[in-house]
Amino acid sequence: MSTVRVLVGTRKGAFILTSDEKREQWQVDGPYFGGWEIYHLKGSPADPNRIYASQSSDWFGQVMHRSDDGGQTWTTVGNEFAYAGETGTHQWYDGTPHPWDFKRVWHLEPSPSNPDVVYAGVEDAALFRSDDAGQTWQELPGLRRHDTSGIWQPGAGGLCLHTILLDPANPDRIVVAISASGAFRSDDGGQTWKAINQGLRSDYIPDPQAEVGHCVHHVAMHPSNPDRLFMQKHWDVMRSDNAGDEWYEISDSLPSDFGFVIDVHAHEPETIYVVPIKSDSEHYPPDGKLRVYRRRGGNEWEALTDGLPQENCYVNILRDAMSVDKLDPCGIYFGTTGGQVYVSADGGDHWQAIVHDLPAVLSVEAQLLP
Amino acid sequence: MIRVIIPHHLRNLAGVGAEVSVAVAEPVTQRAVLDALEARYPVLRGTIRDYSTGQRRAYLRFFAGAEDLSHEAPDAPLPPDVANGKEPLRIIGAIAGG
Repeated sequence: MSTVRVLVGTRKGAFILTSDEKREQWQVDGPYFGGWEIYHLKGSPADPNRIYASQSSDWFGQVMHRSDDGGQTWTTVGNEFAYAGETGTHQWYDGTPHPWDFKRVWHLEPSPSNPDVVYAGVEDAALFRSDDAGQTWQELPGLRRHDTSGIWQPGAGGLCLHTILLDPANPDRIVVAISASGAFRSDDGGQTWKAINQGLRSDYIPDPQAEVGHCVHHVAMHPSNPDRLFMQKHWDVMRSDNAGDEWYEISDSLPSDFGFVIDVHAHEPETIYVVPIKSDSEHYPPDGKLRVYRRRGGNEWEALTDGLPQENCYVNILRDAMSVDKLDPCGIYFGTTGGQVYVSADGGDHWQAIVHDLPAVLSVEAQLLP
Repeated sequence: MIRVIIPHHLRNLAGVGAEVSVAVAEPVTQRAVLDALEARYPVLRGTIRDYSTGQRRAYLRFFAGAEDLSHEAPDAPLPPDVANGKEPLRIIGAIAGG
């Protein structure tokens, strides 16, 4: 019988949730790294017991960890993230030039094929890669040297590179997203980059259709069709059928098209999930009802509410806090700033809380173990 | 030996108790003590001083007894009581946030 393992990063440590394939009874282990912010943990697709963790705090900076036994024990690995060459400046909130300054690792993306290779998306925005299981990190500076980088501005959370998508069929193709700059794609393994924001419209910036400046919250891809991308932008849910060259809006009937998370069903490449949030200044679900919305390829969004609180719910679901497993039926997971982690073992039809009272959840990653 | 008291989270990270001792050749300075501390406990690299700038992290302060050394030059000699091991050098985290 398979095992599902869910890696949860929170404001005050990491937790590991495990269950059999029924996903009804869960074991909760942790906190690991108690008291530290764990922005993200992710396991290697090539070796699921190889897990990378980003641990940080305002007091002590960035610490990186790796586990080779599924999270039972951890080794501290390299935490030096040195920008390559001259760092230059990006724009600060007030429009003045601001030197690039490393703050933390937001997202870790292990290679689909090599457990020793892992990418790190950091604040201030840059992409790093390790080829030695996290011991050392090298920047891929072509992104930070993009023609537009001098006018990149931070979003409320900082100038963070929060999304990294590795094309499983083409190791040279990488898609990243940066708040509040937009999405970028490399077709040469990260050496050069193209802004892929055509079709995005952001009415909160001076030029709503600018090449960069869009606050992309998250991007998702189904591995069977890497050219099809789904985006939850600051406002608007978007889709691209050509690897980001052009985007079109699919928000349609959502009660709000503001939100942070978006993910794709493991076996239905056209089925996606979002959690609408009321607005950019009211980071909680509309009407106090926690509803996941599912879209199955057509134009209709379906509210999924069974097992989710439908009154007095004012939590947020942050950008890396949704994941899917590869079981059939597909399991959907998300965590909230109120410390709940919810699971649906049937593609979203029914939900239950695995835990109710963790610290605010920053990230959720599901793994399927043989 | 120079005595150093480090904050709770760094104790956990390094797997040590509240106080550690490091051997430091004279002159005993902040930089020399922190270099020795990081050499003995490499997991502390980057956690007390910023990796890129080498500067003390903003939410950390250095004390000898009640004397605040945080803004002393890194290469200034530490007080005699720290240099002779009578007093520890205290690395204290700011009381900030939850």
